[in-house]
Amino acid sequence: MTITSLPAAEVLNRYFLELRSKLLDIAAILDRLDRGGPLPADARLGQIRQALQELASSTPGRAERIQLIFSRPYDPNWERPRLSRNQ
Amino acid sequence: MYYLDPHIHMISRVTDDYERLAQCGCLAVSEPAFWAGFDRASAYGFLDYFRHLVEFEPKRAAQFGLRHFCWLCINAKEAENVSLAREVIALIPQFLERPNVLGIGEIGLNKNTRNEATVFLEQVDLAARYDELILIHTPHLEDKYMGTRMILDMLRSDSRIRPEHVLIDHVEEHTIRLALEGGYWCAMTLYPTTKCTPQRAADMIEMYGTERILVNSAGDWGPSDPLAVPKFIQEMKRRGHSEAVIRRVVLENPLAFFRQSRRWPRDWEESLNGQLAIPAAEPAVAAVR
Repeated sequence: MTITSLPAAEVLNRYFLELRSKLLDIAAILDRLDRGGPLPADARLGQIRQALQELASSTPGRAERIQLIFSRPYDPNWERPRLSRNQ
Repeated sequence: MYYLDPHIHMISRVTDDYERLAQCGCLAVSEPAFWAGFDRASAYGFLDYFRHLVEFEPKRAAQFGLRHFCWLCINAKEAENVSLAREVIALIPQFLERPNVLGIGEIGLNKNTRNEATVFLEQVDLAARYDELILIHTPHLEDKYMGTRMILDMLRSDSRIRPEHVLIDHVEEHTIRLALEGGYWCAMTLYPTTKCTPQRAADMIEMYGTERILVNSAGDWGPSDPLAVPKFIQEMKRRGHSEAVIRRVVLENPLAFFRQSRRWPRDWEESLNGQLAIPAAEPAVAAVR
């Protein structure tokens, strides 16, 4: 037994209005930002710009990559506490 | 369709929610110990909270034919206070033989601090010493990826911990693979704005299959939906997925994970098998990519 996704044409039919609505929401928020005048430097704006570029990408895995854009980086050498056996 | 909600904070919900859960086919809820929305003044606040989870909520659930299970711990947010956390950890063993307790949880990280990591390790140690299942909260938003990686590092550092006894909760697109590849169970939380929608959860089932994946509502005192799991079921049906595939995620997987608890009520599950004709565990479903 396997699980399969809907054919792309069917996805487009079923989710077109939802996609259109969400794109308009994004556009409206960006317009709202513009109407508010100039913004001071803010790292979140860079994240938004990067995420918008990912949306326009044709490579699958956009959701995962956008999640990583909004994530703090992981340091594999983070300082681990030691378990105290006296507790 | 019958289902279990493996993560819902019923202490924050009204009794009407139990009724609506039952009307939607929910057979049981599992309630991890969590933050109350404010920091408790002393360990005695937790003592009363644990009594609430093991005594009062099972009775409230039973009014509507639901089973109530729970998990005990000090949550990551209050774990920043290490001395308080140690007092609370010392209280937990006296509750571990209560019949509705499934294990230690939801332990984890919040802001990925050293104190949180210290208390996390001590609660993993508690679970190992008492041979308990572990339910893990992963942090929110920008802290989730780093925190999930740190949690996995700490779990791997304790050779007593068997991955199949651990559920990594609140996974999203950037953390689900980490949990599954480590051999852990994982759960997607259907929670407005800050976690995962039913649609994205269905996407991840299509990408990763059904093995060791659960979905939950994490309904609590914030904006949340206790009926989120039925919405996931509806989304899966909308896409034409079979009853067997959906049932695997919303019923058979939580049963398979919880069944590993020493206190799991097998008589209750056997009564379900008779009533619902739940088939013996079917092979997990692989995604076609």
